[in-house]
Order: sequence, then structure tokens, then C-alpha cells
Amino acid sequence: MSHHDDSTADRGPLEIAELPKDKVARFDAALPEILKRYPADHKEAAMLAALRRAQEIFGWLSPAAQKLVANRLGAAVTRAEEVATFYVMYHTRPVGRHVVEVCTNVSCSLAGGYDIFEHLKRSLSVDNGGTTKDGRITLRQVECLGSCGTAPAMLVDEEMHESLTPQSVERILGGLK
Amino acid sequence: MSETLILTKRWPKNDPSLAGYQADGGYKSLEKALGMQPAAIVDEVKASNLRGRGGAGFPTGLKWTFLPKDVRPRYLCINADESEPGTFKDRYICEYDPHMLLEGIAITCFALDIHLAYIYIRGEFAKQARALEKAIEEAYAAGLLGPRLGGKADFAVDVHVVRGAGAYICGEESALMESVEGKKGYPRFKPPFPAIIGLWGKPTIINNVETLANVPWIVENGGAAFAALGAGKTGGTRLFGVSGNVKRPGVYEKPAGYNLKRLIMEDCGGTASGRPVKAVIPGGSSSPVLRGDEIDVSLEPDAIKSAGTMSGSGGVIVMDDSVCMVRALARIAMFYAEESCGQCTPCRQGTPWMWKILEKIERGEGTMKDLALIEQLPGNIMGQTICALGDAAAMPVQSFVKKFRQEFVEHIEGRGCKHGETAWGVSRGSREALVGGNRHSVR
Repeated sequence: MSHHDDSTADRGPLEIAELPKDKVARFDAALPEILKRYPADHKEAAMLAALRRAQEIFGWLSPAAQKLVANRLGAAVTRAEEVATFYVMYHTRPVGRHVVEVCTNVSCSLAGGYDIFEHLKRSLSVDNGGTTKDGRITLRQVECLGSCGTAPAMLVDEEMHESLTPQSVERILGGLK
Repeated sequence: MSETLILTKRWPKNDPSLAGYQADGGYKSLEKALGMQPAAIVDEVKASNLRGRGGAGFPTGLKWTFLPKDVRPRYLCINADESEPGTFKDRYICEYDPHMLLEGIAITCFALDIHLAYIYIRGEFAKQARALEKAIEEAYAAGLLGPRLGGKADFAVDVHVVRGAGAYICGEESALMESVEGKKGYPRFKPPFPAIIGLWGKPTIINNVETLANVPWIVENGGAAFAALGAGKTGGTRLFGVSGNVKRPGVYEKPAGYNLKRLIMEDCGGTASGRPVKAVIPGGSSSPVLRGDEIDVSLEPDAIKSAGTMSGSGGVIVMDDSVCMVRALARIAMFYAEESCGQCTPCRQGTPWMWKILEKIERGEGTMKDLALIEQLPGNIMGQTICALGDAAAMPVQSFVKKFRQEFVEHIEGRGCKHGETAWGVSRGSREALVGGNRHSVR
């Protein structure tokens, strides 16, 4: 969807051979554990988990990282690409070292989630989907995180933070390197 | 009314480990089940009136009987996708009592001759996925799962956690199977239903987390006892997650026929602001909204139908009179526009269109023509799509506009919103959540 266009700047590596060798080795080492969960004749089922692992290792899913995953699962490149662009937790463009995702759905907004998001935009000087100039944090608005009883909520990388206030948000941000 | 607690009796200060669960009689039901005929277990579940707790409320035992007799392998998928806005119950089962779910899965596998089960959990629930994986590891180590079910039966059961990656549509059962198969979550045509042709083309049963967590209790106490806890054709207790403008938001376990008004006004202490309840979404964001004067109804799925809505996923969202209905509806419409998978034209095109019109009205730029359009549009999506997301997007729009039409007209005639800048109301703070945090009691 997004990686065949304009800017060469955030295109990243296009071919598997351009990926850092040590990271490819790490991915290959992690693969057997992922494949164990699926019947041997359904290797492609590991696509979601393999893409997640690749994203953890490479930072984001560049075209080359998607090709790597497809190659190792014996799948067509388009299969990796359609999954990588369908699910919102996959990044097909580079992101900051941390991703902060704020829920603004109804229950969160009724508890001030909308204000938390606006506060973060001001505090980080970024817009929805933007990354801070120092590459530290990418901020985005997301849909219901299933924390409605402890709203407002946000996800920082994989960790859920709940019952947020502008003060607690600032403390959480302060802990991100 | 019965005060029996099935699902939350150990929350949240219990020891979620295997040792903690066994100290409280855990896995005794599995032992009992292994001494029963599989068909007898299915009969108990049928007699229990257990109905699906993911939203549709389909009778669980009946669903199980749809499996063709002679096709193997069969698969079990457990739906832990929990993404319907306002819904937050299954996550606590995974977190606080994962072995109760695993025991339910183990019994279900034995009853249905299934040897492979996948728990599909939404990608955002990393903590809950870890809790489940840890519990599975413990159960394997103790020999409860794996080659010999319950440590003795000549019956292998493997259970794996599969994590989603951020897509509401994957809570729809056929999209869930696509996702388990490693694909984007495009719902499949039905029929054939998953029980006939499911995961990898094989017969598959898909049940919600809360649904299966009830199975050990049913085996232990019998289907009739479970049925007696509920009302009408819905057995047992249910988890209701109450959020929004209430004093004590949280997860409440109540008999299936509990009264919605009592839940909000007594259990949750009414609105945090003390202001009147203006609107209640009773069963997740797709269920038609109720006005504050319409909430004196039973939450039993068939009973609440008479009020023109549904108790769906048990996610109750309460709004007091400081909240703008146009703003709330526009946000819900945005959700469905974001989450439409794009497969069917009416939904892919219709959901963003509804959202844009509602935003326009909220900004004070709408016309009466826009209002006429927003009254007509949802009807053109309803029933015109492969899965229920189209209906889910249409129902809130139809009901909000119907029940709060005057507020939409005021936005148009007054060229703006009288509720102020963000229109999300003033009733915040002074809330004491009943789950997580430092609170202990989950009612």
C-alpha cells in the first residue's frame, strides 16, 4: 500500500540481501519456535507471528523484511504484503523507538481520552501518526483497547497503561529512552 | 436472586497459577468429564442453556451438535479477540483465572473429539497472551494437556495461543479463522458454517472465552443448575462490563436476566456526576442505544429484544446529560469506517460516508438534507454485506438519530454544538474502577 510510492527516504532495504546479516540470523533462529504451533503442512499460518517477530528485530516491516518472511514460509511476497498492510500493529513505514497509541473511542473519551490524546500531541509536538524529531516516539490514535472500565487507556509498545491523567502520561513519557 | 459467582469468584487477588487453581478444586471437573461419555457432556451443556457470550448469543450445545459425525480432524478456536468498543471482560478471565479457561477448553476438546485448539487473542493483549502461555506451559508440565489429557486419558490435546495484530474484524468467526491461517481477516461466506467447513477446510467450533470458562462449572454442577441461575432460554451468570459516566465502572458478574437499570444505578452507583443518565449502549457499540428512560429492562438476550436492542457482548456504556449524542455517534461511526475490512462495497463505502456526514453535522455545517441522508444510508448497508460488520455499523446510526433526532436538528439549525468544544461532557473524575488498580472487589 504505502511502500511503492514517492519518497525514497523511508523506503528502507528492498531486497533480503540488503538486510543486516546478524538480524536475519536472529529471525531465522526464532522461526522454529513459531512454526511449532502449526501443522507441518500449514507453514503459511505462521505469517502473523513471523511478521511480528521480524518487526521486533528489524524495527519495522520494510519491503525486504516482508520478502524475508515470505521466503522463509514458502509463501508469495504478496501474501506477506497483504497481511503487513491489513493489520494496524504492523508498521510498513519506519516508526520511532517507542510507539504510543491512545484510545479515543467512546468509553475512553467519556473519561477524558480525547484530552489525553490532545495533551500528547502538544507535549510531543507531533500530529496523529507523527514521530518526534529525535526519533524517540511515534504517536497515534487507536481504536478500543478493551480497557473501558479503567479508561482512559494507552498502549506504549506492548504495555497497557490505564486510568490515565495528564500527569501520569508525562511520567510514562519520561521513562521512554 | 441468586448470588452465585462462577466466573469471578477468585478475582482478582487469587493466585492464577496452576497450584492456586488446583487448591481451589481446579481440574476436578476435567477428571469428572473424563469419566463421562462425551455425548453426555454435550447433553449437559445443551441442558445448561449456555449461550455464546461473544455477542450473538447462539446456544453453545446446539452449535456443538452441528459437527459432521465422520469428518476428522476437527478444530477448536477460542475467540479472545474482544474488540467491540465497551467490552472488557474476557481479558480478566485470561489474566486472573487462565486455568479455568484451559479446563473448559480441555473438557470441550474431550467432548467433541478435538485434538488441537487455538486461542486467538487480540494483538494488543500482550499481558493476557503471556498469562495464557504461562498457564498452558504449567498444564503441559503437569501432564494435564499434551499427549495424555488430564494425566491419564488416551487422548491428546494441544492448545496454542495465536496473537492477532490489530483488526476488529478478526473477532468475526470466519475472519478469525482466516487470521489463524495466517491471512488478512476477510470474512467468509456463510453457509457453509465453520462447524462444517472451518479452519483449513475442516469442521471447527469457535467459542468465546467467557462461554468456555463456564464449562467446568456446568460439568461439576450439572446443566440444570446452570440453567436455573439464568432466565428464559439463557442459563448462568454473565459478565457485564460497565464503562462511561458511572461512579463505579468495572466488570460485574450477574444472573443472565439482571435488570439494566439496577446494574447502573445500584451496582455502579449511578452517574459519577450525579447528573441524569441520558443514554445507554447496552451491549457493545453496535447495539442500538437506549434513552435514559428506557433502561428498566432485563439484560436477558430475548427479553431485551422487546426494548429494540441487544445485550450483545455485555459491554454497557453509560452517558450522562452532559454528553453530545452527535459527537458520540460520530466517534462510533469513525470506528466502523476504520475497521471495515473493505471486502463488501456497501460497508467499505457506506461507513466512511456516514462518519463524514456526522462530523459535518457535529461541526455545525450540516443541512436537513444531510440528516435525511443519514436516516436513509444505514438501511442501504444493513443486510447487504458478507458479515455482520455492516449491520453493526448501521444499528447505532439508526438508533441514535431516531432517539435523539432533536439534537441533530439543533446542530443543523443552531450551526454548532451547544455541548462545547469537545462535547465529551463534564462528568469525569471521582471514579473508582472495580477492576485493576488497587480495588479488590469485582461484583
